Amino acid sequence: MTDATYTPQLAAGAKRSSAWSRGFAHFRYVMTSNPVTFIAFVLLAGMIVIALFGPMLVPHDPLATLADKALKPPSREHWFGTDQLGRDVFSRVIVATRLDLLISVSAVALSFFVGAAMGACAGYWGGWFDKLSGRLLDTIMAFPLFVLAMGIVAAAGNTIQNIVIATAIINLPFYARVARAEVSIRRNAGYVQAARLSGNSELRILIWKILPNTLPPMMVQLSLNMGWAILNAAGLSFIGLGVRPPTAEWGIMVAEGANYIVSGEWWLALFPGAALMLAVFTFNLLGDGLRDLVDPQRRT
Amino acid sequence: MSPQLTGHLHNPPLLAVHDLCVEFATRKGTVTAVRSVNLQVAKGETLGIVGESGSGKSVTSYAVMRILDRAGRIAAGKIEFGGMQLHDADEAMMSDLRGREISMIFQNPRAALNPIRPVGKQIEDVLIRHAQATHDQAKRKAIEALAKVRIRDPEARYHAYPFELSGGMCQRVVIAIALACKPQLLIADEPTTGLDVTTQRAVMELVRELTRSEGMSTLLITHDLGLAGEYCDRIIVMEKGGVVEQQDTAKLFAAPAHPYTRRLIRSTPHAARNIRDLLPEDLRLPPPPLLSVSDEPLLEVKDLVKEYAPPGGLLQRLRGRGGAKPFRAVDGISFSIARGESVGLVGESGCGKSTTSAMVMRLLDATSGSICFKGGELTAVPAGEFARSPLRRELQMVFQDPHESLNPRSTAAQSIADPLLRLEGMSDAAAIRDRVEALASQVGLPLELLDRLPHQLSGGQKARVGIARAIATRPELLILDEPTAALDVSVQAVVLNLLADLKAEFGMSYLFVSHDLEVVRLLCDRVIVMRAGRIVEEGPAARVLSEPQAEYTRELLAAIPRPAHLAGHAAATRAVNA
Amino acid sequence: MSQLAIILARVLQAIPTIFGIVVVTFLLTRALPGDPAAYFAGASATPESIAEIRARLGLDQPLPLQFVDYVRDLASGDLGQSISTGQPVATELLRRLPASLELTLFALLLSVGVAVPLGVLAAVRQDSWIDQLCRFVVTAGVSLPTFFTGLLLVYVFYFLLGWAPAPLGRLDMLHIPPPQVTGFLVIDGLIAREWGTAWSAFKQLLLPGITLALFTLAPIARMTRAAMLQALASEYLRTARAAGLSSGRVLMVYAFRNAMLPVVTTLGMVFSFTLGANVLVEKVFAWPGIGSFAIEALVVSDYAAVQGFVLSMAVLFVLLNLAIDTLYTLIDPRVRIEG
Repeated sequence: MTDATYTPQLAAGAKRSSAWSRGFAHFRYVMTSNPVTFIAFVLLAGMIVIALFGPMLVPHDPLATLADKALKPPSREHWFGTDQLGRDVFSRVIVATRLDLLISVSAVALSFFVGAAMGACAGYWGGWFDKLSGRLLDTIMAFPLFVLAMGIVAAAGNTIQNIVIATAIINLPFYARVARAEVSIRRNAGYVQAARLSGNSELRILIWKILPNTLPPMMVQLSLNMGWAILNAAGLSFIGLGVRPPTAEWGIMVAEGANYIVSGEWWLALFPGAALMLAVFTFNLLGDGLRDLVDPQRRT
Repeated sequence: MSPQLTGHLHNPPLLAVHDLCVEFATRKGTVTAVRSVNLQVAKGETLGIVGESGSGKSVTSYAVMRILDRAGRIAAGKIEFGGMQLHDADEAMMSDLRGREISMIFQNPRAALNPIRPVGKQIEDVLIRHAQATHDQAKRKAIEALAKVRIRDPEARYHAYPFELSGGMCQRVVIAIALACKPQLLIADEPTTGLDVTTQRAVMELVRELTRSEGMSTLLITHDLGLAGEYCDRIIVMEKGGVVEQQDTAKLFAAPAHPYTRRLIRSTPHAARNIRDLLPEDLRLPPPPLLSVSDEPLLEVKDLVKEYAPPGGLLQRLRGRGGAKPFRAVDGISFSIARGESVGLVGESGCGKSTTSAMVMRLLDATSGSICFKGGELTAVPAGEFARSPLRRELQMVFQDPHESLNPRSTAAQSIADPLLRLEGMSDAAAIRDRVEALASQVGLPLELLDRLPHQLSGGQKARVGIARAIATRPELLILDEPTAALDVSVQAVVLNLLADLKAEFGMSYLFVSHDLEVVRLLCDRVIVMRAGRIVEEGPAARVLSEPQAEYTRELLAAIPRPAHLAGHAAATRAVNA
Repeated sequence: MSQLAIILARVLQAIPTIFGIVVVTFLLTRALPGDPAAYFAGASATPESIAEIRARLGLDQPLPLQFVDYVRDLASGDLGQSISTGQPVATELLRRLPASLELTLFALLLSVGVAVPLGVLAAVRQDSWIDQLCRFVVTAGVSLPTFFTGLLLVYVFYFLLGWAPAPLGRLDMLHIPPPQVTGFLVIDGLIAREWGTAWSAFKQLLLPGITLALFTLAPIARMTRAAMLQALASEYLRTARAAGLSSGRVLMVYAFRNAMLPVVTTLGMVFSFTLGANVLVEKVFAWPGIGSFAIEALVVSDYAAVQGFVLSMAVLFVLLNLAIDTLYTLIDPRVRIEG
């Protein structure tokens, strides 16, 4: 039927497929339509598996030192070589995955939820809360963010927990600003007004009508920030904050390996650095795919 | 299909397009946007291309200018202009012709100008490019060009940026750029879309006068058959990428040959006697229902005012509030709507009609005044809490943009069910589904579309979903906020009829907000004309349109483009209505 | 509103921001858990010395009073004493600032110089090889940890190829620093006509500069490409083309100038990243700037030094943002009216 035909009455049976099967079909569609997204999701799945089961699978104890085997280049026994204390670099890189992901995931999750809630309220209701939160975010943004994180960790104490908090704080403005902008442009959109006329309360409108529609841009922000959060956390441990030796963590491993680069022992820094890069790369690639997954307009 | 161009046979046409096909490469494969189009424009002639969205009319003109975007290409056909072959001309030749021999003006004039360059400089750029001026004279000539398009104080406006000018002024600047080098052909692509009716008329009159005085040919692309009828010598009607009819304007209106043209002419409201006339003639529907309007008032608005704080930051506020007064969007208006009555609220953009409807709908709090509905005072409950009021289900609204008014994440069924869940307190899924399906049938929405998301529906289908949602709680007062402004005329015709039928079926009252007096005439009993926040005229629809009292109403009516051939006819129909 | 008035208004708007920065740096020492006096006393302090320091620093007074003291000290340029060097923190920072500025500005020039043309070309020749290159650079650039890139460059260009000097500071042992004029060794060397020194300083600057530039390249190139694509698809560009303007003029005057507006806005974020990454690069290349100073101070819990570092970096950032705002006011007429 075209728009221009006038058919006052029309009866037909309607089919309804379950939400789950439609959701799965959409997931499959997103995965197959964009190979980059597919690769990103495979990499992510691999990282999660390594983070969960890595410590059980590694060939060597990541903390075991063998003085006679120090600084050996990659070999059949030690795939990524050994470090200055004779520890197996491969095992350390694998085991570090869990800690690095844990730090960045918890930091990003913290700032995502706090930031989204803060930005959504500011964007929806405006008023004093908007002014206050805006002022707070401006103050955070007035610092070079990595420098602020350094200051927070230095002041609050040199622990992993504080690394998470500092990373969450410097990520907060990104989420809050995106959420505020996205909510505020939809605050008086036609479908929101229609929802008011349909008798929805303001809180229900914000949570069920507006927030889900802000997900696509939030998802892009999330994946970009995830990579950035890993870089920041690793940067902090690279300059000696948070994680202490002998804990296996990518940033600190690169820092320890840095001293041996000038004398040609490249494998100490290269492998943890490459792992770090791969993780950040994965999250950066993930952005578009995540957006496609939560964007109803992409459904066909 | 190829009528003889009487009178133009002796001279070769200025522009001749033969069997033009334009294709676009999309992700889903090649799409043919224009197929086998033939057209000719004689010297000094004004040719109109009329069609609804997706007809290929704009693409045709872009192909002539060779400014199709990267995905589009001319797949076949020839374009000849003054003896030159344009379809395979190289970019250097085209860029030399553009602006000098063929110019173009666009819709949405403000976006068509470089936002960070003074408008005078933008005119200079063209003059210097086509060697119409040296750098020393450029400024003087640009100011002359501005004066020519009737911009007051052109010396000062020379330095203005587009954001400092109104939409109509921007369109004048675009025209000045287009005509600066006195081209032989002007292509006007929906030049009045997005402008107010009175501005529309001024812009079209200007284009006509300037092109006539220079003996230019014009190609007018528009969706508005009335506009084309008034300004064009000849009209080409396009549908789905092809030409369905081309004819001299008078003949086209007198004896349209193609069914599509007939439908298009019918669905244009100027000529219609009643709302059924808008529909294709083969649909034999009963005449529009006559309604008994009771004397009992349903809604009474008294001295309604909405003020907005003046713009300004901390500095202005510190300097004192003396200077800026609050802006009054609605300035003390009073009117009433009787049970079963349809009232049209008409005015140009910024007149306060939408603000008024939002206040009546309780989406916006009034600054002062009273809104009395069924004897109760609505302003007693703040807009933010009105969702819980039992009166909420009595007051509903159909929104302007059918697409924007549907939640992109909700299926059609979910959108329609929302008021049932919240206002009717329904919770049984099967019962809700039944009601939703019944509502969909009432608005003529095929049931298999109910589980689609908005972006999977057409404009007309989305409009139906919006209407079904609005009538779900059987409201007594329905506000229609330009419900057809975003729709093609043929779809508009159908939606207007649907609205008229629904009103009769449920005995609702309508407040119909529109800028289009002709549409209001067909649907409403009474008309209120607003300007600058105040009511300038109010009265029975037939009377206001045939004997307008206020000067402003006369201006509005005069501004509606109306083909001369239909003018007498339309006047007659109005007399009949009265 | 005149441009001057708007620029002045921007400067005034920076005042609350600077106040916010002062409050945050103050709170970082006083209100967070842990004993600031213990920080200031250092790791090997006795309870008595901590108590003495507490009294000397006024930490036994109520918070608002402490804040007033803090602001008064700041106003007189007093950032406290560094424990590790025994010098006033302000002196230490000022002495090292030119090194950091030289590195940062060089890197920014480098990355803007490469990223903007790259982004423009990628947008103009969409889907060509240069567009693919741009996409690769952008994706790889945001994925590279700065410190890791630096180490890789050192390994390849110093250890393997031997083209670059050892990553140890601003000048090799053979040269003595030129008399200080700007504090930038390359420029000072040129001014003093000590070509060898200037060349040596430039060679030292090159690798850390490239490292930092690679990091900032990505956001600038991505923004330039996106803004340029948007400008190219705009309606005013269609008008310009329909008026027959030459493609060079259409690109430069109509597309490029408009595309630069969002790019200038992004520069603020880029500066933020650059100042942070600067710290990491200084550590990798043993660059004697304020970043290295802060890392040394962190290791020994020299808190006054860290606080001074955070504060001065933030002020530097505010100044850079002010410069961006001023630039923006000059190129976008719309700002002038909204003012």
